Parts: sequence; C-alpha cells; structure tokens
Amino acid sequence: MKNHKNQKNQKSPNDSITISGAEAVIRCLLAEEANLVYGYPGGAIMPIYDELYKYKDQLHHVLTRHEQGATHAAQGFARTSGKVGVALATSGPGATNLVTGIADAQIDSTPMICITGQVASHLLGSDAFQETDIIGISTPVTKWNYQITKASEIPEIMAKAFYIARSGRPGPVLIDITKDAQFEMFDFNYVKCTGIRSYWPNPPLNTNHLEEALQLINEAKKPFIVWGQGVILGQAEQEFKAFVEKSGIPAAWTILGLSALPTDHPLNRGMVGMHGNYAPNLLTNECDLLIAIGMRFDDRVTGDLNTYAKQAKVLHLELDPAEVNKNVKADVALITNCKISLKALTKRISKNTFPKWLKRFDALDVIENEKVIKGDLFPIKPGITMGESIAMINKYTKGDAVIVTDVGQHQMVACRYAKFNQSKSNVTSGGLGTMGFALPAAIGAKMGAPIREVVAVIGDGGYQMTIQELGTIFQQQVAVKIVILNNDFLGMVRQWQQLFFDKRYASTEMTNPDFVTIAKGYHIEAERVEKREDLDQAVGRMIASEKPFFLEICVEKENNVFPMIPTGASVSDIRLE
Amino acid sequence: MEKKTYTISVYSENNVGLLNRISAIFLKRHINLESFSTSESEIPNVFRFVIVINITPDKVHKIVQQIEKQIDVIKAYYHTDEETIFQENALYKVKSSFLFEERQIQNIIKASHATIVTVSPEFFVIEKTGFREETEQLRKDLSPFGLLQFVRSGRISVTKAKMGISEILNTFKNNN
Ligand SMILES: Cc1ncc(C[n+]2csc(CCOP(=O)(O)OP(=O)(O)O)c2C)c(N)n1
Ligand SMILES: [Mg+2]
Repeated sequence: MKNHKNQKNQKSPNDSITISGAEAVIRCLLAEEANLVYGYPGGAIMPIYDELYKYKDQLHHVLTRHEQGATHAAQGFARTSGKVGVALATSGPGATNLVTGIADAQIDSTPMICITGQVASHLLGSDAFQETDIIGISTPVTKWNYQITKASEIPEIMAKAFYIARSGRPGPVLIDITKDAQFEMFDFNYVKCTGIRSYWPNPPLNTNHLEEALQLINEAKKPFIVWGQGVILGQAEQEFKAFVEKSGIPAAWTILGLSALPTDHPLNRGMVGMHGNYAPNLLTNECDLLIAIGMRFDDRVTGDLNTYAKQAKVLHLELDPAEVNKNVKADVALITNCKISLKALTKRISKNTFPKWLKRFDALDVIENEKVIKGDLFPIKPGITMGESIAMINKYTKGDAVIVTDVGQHQMVACRYAKFNQSKSNVTSGGLGTMGFALPAAIGAKMGAPIREVVAVIGDGGYQMTIQELGTIFQQQVAVKIVILNNDFLGMVRQWQQLFFDKRYASTEMTNPDFVTIAKGYHIEAERVEKREDLDQAVGRMIASEKPFFLEICVEKENNVFPMIPTGASVSDIRLE
Repeated sequence: MEKKTYTISVYSENNVGLLNRISAIFLKRHINLESFSTSESEIPNVFRFVIVINITPDKVHKIVQQIEKQIDVIKAYYHTDEETIFQENALYKVKSSFLFEERQIQNIIKASHATIVTVSPEFFVIEKTGFREETEQLRKDLSPFGLLQFVRSGRISVTKAKMGISEILNTFKNNN
C-alpha cells in the first residue's frame, strides 16, 4: 500500500548508516537545509528532542512559550525567507495547539512542516495518555499529512513532506511519528523527493489560452490588475513589475500581495477589499478587463459577487486550478506559475499607457485623501491616531522594514499606510485573520531575514493572545520591535458594533494591564507614548535600538477604519465615513 | 441552477486517510452524499472511489477540483447518468417458510430476474442487481412477507468515455 513508492527521488550515493528514527528526523531536516526549528517538548517527542540536544551545533531549536507560537514563528520565518518553516510538538495537547497555525498556513499558502510525536504504535486507538487523532483533526487544514509507525518510513515521508510543502501552491504538511518509530534503529539513507505521480504542482502554460489572453489585453481600454500573494510565492516580482510597466495597466493588491510591487510605484494604486482604497474598489466595477494575478477572489476582496466586476472581462493568472472559476468566472485563465505566464505575456504585448483611465484613479484618490487620509495622518483632535503612528514608523524605516501585523483595526491601518520598497516585507494573517499571530510571527520573520528591521504592529487584544512569546524574544534575544497600538478596545469588533449594532459594545472594552511593566519583566526595553509630541522621538529610539524593543502607543479609543465595504455589500457601495 | 445526479469517479493511491480527506471536502460544504463506494481499479495499486451526489453543475465542478487537488488523488471526473453505465446491488433475506407457502413470492422472484443466493431451513437470500427503481420495486414487493433484512450497495459505475489514467501515470514515468 505504500504510496510513497510512487514518488521520484534524487539518486544518491548508497551510504546508509544505522541510526534511530529520531536521529533520522534530524538528518532529514538538515538534508533539506532546515537548520532552524520552533517547538515545544513533551513525552511523545522526547527521543527527537534528545537528538536535537546532540545536534545543537547544526540545528537551532527555538523554544516558544506555546505550540501556537511555534507555528506562527515558523510561518513568519517562511514568509520572509521563502523557505519551509518547521514546528515540533508533542502528542495530545501539544499537537492540538498547532491547529490554529496550521489552518492559518493552509489558507495563506505558507510552506510549513509540523512534526508531532505520537503515542507508541501498539497504543494507537487505546485512548492512551496524551493520545489524540491529530491526523484526523488536521486533515481538513493540511495540504498533506501522514502518520509514521516505522522508522524506515521516515526518510521517504520527510522527503515527500518537504516537496509537497514547498512546491506548487505551498501549504502546511503534518507528520505524526509514533514514539516507538522514533526509538527504532534502521538503515538510514536520504534522497530528496523530486516528483509524486498523483501530484502535478507545475502545470505548463497553455499557448492557446495565451493567445486569447493577449487578445483580451490588446482590446482593453480600461484594464485593471489585482494581484495577490501568488506573485510573491511564485517568485515573480520581477516579471510582474515588467508586465505592469510595459502594459501601463494600473494595479492594486490584496492584503497578502502587499510589498510585491513597491508602494510608491506610480502604477501601484493601493489595496482592494473591505478596508482597501477608494479608487481600486470603485473602479473594479468600471474597468473593462480585470486581470487577477495570483489571487483567489476572497470575499473580503470582492464583497457581493453578484455585483462584482460584472461589466468586465476577467483574465485569471493562477497556479491552483481549483481557484479558477471558484468565485469569479474567468473568460480566460492561464493556469501556471504567474512567473511563466507574466513573462510570456510581457514579451508579446506592446508598450502602452492609459492616461485618461489613470486620471479616474487620481480623481478618486483626491476624494479619499480629503475624506479619510488627511484625518488619519494629520489629525486635528489631540488623540494619537493609528495612521500617524504608522507614518512615523515609515519616517524611520523609510520603507525598508518588514512589517508584521496582527488582526484588527491596526492591521488594516498598517497595511494601508506602511511603505514598502521590497517584496516579502508584509507578514500578516490574511485568510484566517488569526489574532495572536503577530508577536510569534515577528520572531520567525526576524530569524528568516536577520539583517532586516522587523516591526510588529499589534492591537492590545491580539497581543494578549500570545503575549507569552515575549519570553522567547528575551531568551533568544530576537531584535524585533514591538508596537502596540492600544485603544483599550477590541477595536475592529467595536467598530462593527458601532456601525451595525447600535453601539452596543458587548465585551469589547478591555481593562488592560501595564504593558510596559510586563515587557520590562521580560527584561525588554520598553516605553509608552501618550502624547503626540512624544511620538516622533520614541519611534526614533525604538528603531535606533539594536535589541528587542517594546513601544506602547496609546491611540484614540473609538476611531474607525475607513473606507469600508460592509459585509455582503458591493464594492461600489464602499463607504468613506 | 437545477440539481442533477452526478457520479464522481476518483482514481487514487490507496492511502490511509484519503477517505477522510475526501469526505471532509463534502462535510466542509455541508453536502449530503447519495452513495460512496471504493474498490481496486483496472490498474494495479490504483484505487477507485465512486461517489454519487445530487447537486448543481457548477458545484459538482468545484468539488471535483477540490478532490483532484488532494495530493494522493491521481484524477477525478464527474459524469451524468447518461454518460455512465451504473448498477446497484441489493440483498433480501426472507423467512424460508414463505418460499414454500406463498406462491406469490416465487412469481415475484421470477418476474424481477432476481437470483436466489442461498436457501436454508430458516431463511433464504435473494440478490438483485440493477437500477435503484428495480431493487426498490423488489423491496416493496417482498416487504408484505416480512423482510428479515435488506441491504443495498452504493452505486458502482463505469463511464462510456475513456478515462486515460494509464496515460497520466505513463507521462509521469516518462518525465521523471
Ligand atoms: C483568534 C481570534 N478571535 C477573535 C477574532 C475576532 N476579531 C477580529 S478583530 C478583533 C479585535 C482585535 O482587537 P485588537 O487586537 O485590540 O486590535 P484593534 O482592532 O483594536 O486594532 C477581534 C476580536 C479574531 N480575528 N481572531
Ligand atoms: Mg485594540
């Protein structure tokens, strides 16, 4: 039954050695150049931890303070490094604590491998201590998962896990290894996986469809691009920029596409979606050709599908065939890595510009600027706004930092106003909207891009979901900058309560602790800013610091994020106030 | 869009957990299955799932895309009833005394082209292969005599068109 016989492995010298299953796991990780893992020990994974101890010079294990933190750290690492993130956990509660991070990685296409210990194989199904069916639990949220009960399966399965996690549309893989398989001795020989017969991660470009796509582009008078994370995952940033510049087509991003094209690029027209910019949302319903690149038409992007871009032809560049025609019907689809399709398109199109069409964007930008942006960035009221806080971070990082955000108002504001000069700089939980993501993800983001400045922007609510990772930051001395935009509210929910539930603020007000004292308790340098005049210098000191730094910015409590497309409304019904 | 009966055929590696993965796709979308069966296929070590659902054409397409996306699925297809040859199998267990005392029963068996699988002093078992209406009709006809047990299999089906699984597997072999 072993289906892994149907995978192709690289040829290798036949130099097998006799080692334990646990040591084999370490050697597999090293063979895949995974020399940094996040995790938390426990009974069923102790043999692997014992080997980690022996291999500590070659493989760095970061002890997080909760297994969820290990998954988000692995995700953050994957997002800035482009490599596979790895998280380890014990059986039972250790394994179930991974589930949120796995679900997050699945919906945001993040390459991650989770390795869980499992009770010994003879105990499977006996409700043994800390036995849980993590294969059953994780099935709907993994790209692939597998339970290993014999040491001899480890090399092939680990090779397959890495191949699956990183190829095609990336995603999380969970490997559950029984304790007896970790102890068992066997002849180890590692060969990388290069193909699986039931899995076609790289569909080739269909040249007929390419011709049809070219025709659509050539005929368009008001074309519009919406791009997503597929551009980053496909390592297609160069090809994308070349396509945008040659075609002259205005382009807007989904939240996960952010940073693939510099934010100050003249054809970068902002964000689409619920809290996106006014012009790209409204003009989605005015363009005559919508070119969707590496994105999946999430409902937070489209609003009501029945009134979404109905006037436009749709050209969809997407690697995952299951995403094509899922939410929005494509007139033409190029199902391949957009690195390939964009290159082919750019070669064949002629240089073009759309000055009149771009003026439509400019005109709407003026309106958004008047009604929203001015008030966010240059407020007249005394309270500090989230917008000016982000602008202050821009002033010091100049768009070169990695910005990691949590979920809520601060996330939307940070993504709207943060400047980015280079790709892989925006790390956020998009599809799942996981509060508690940012602090541990920032740890991984910094370790994945150690020379870069990493600033985590977090709400007072989400911060307290994984606040214990301050311990990891302290122990590992990860030089992340932590900014809490404290409004003493679960702000985004409060905003909805204000707008749609007649201001009934049910359980959204928070009585918060002294965050500065908490950070200091972890020996992390910490400051609080309450007045506008102190903001500039405090942010300056934070960015100048070479150590982990915590900055609490007390912001206006009841500000709202606009523009906003209410749930289920049309992109045309975007509200500015 | 109007709902229709579709037969989904899935060719896959025989992998522990794949059954769970496929049923999770239906569960996530709150879709009821009409029937589900698995067996070996015409290709050694390749398994075949036959799933019957009643659903709109756009939904069946999306579901098949999701099934095919699973790593261990080689290929998935969907077909309407007109595009397939399909059958179900049913077993009926009846008290033996009826067979001899009720003349009527012998006529029913004859008319329905059912076969008698086994006869013992206490009971006898009838088998009928056919369309749902046929096995259902026989159930109705026999029930006045007190069916001791009745069971019907999931649909099994072959398509009129070629499947081309061997070609897919050969392409992999040749490319790697
Ligand atoms: C784990 C989790 N639970 C609940 C939610 C629902 N939710 C979305 S935003 C939000 C409020 C976040 O508050 P805070 O972290 O203070 O950020 P703010 O909106 O105030 O900037 C909540 C509760 C969620 N996204 N994730
Ligand atoms: Mg808050």
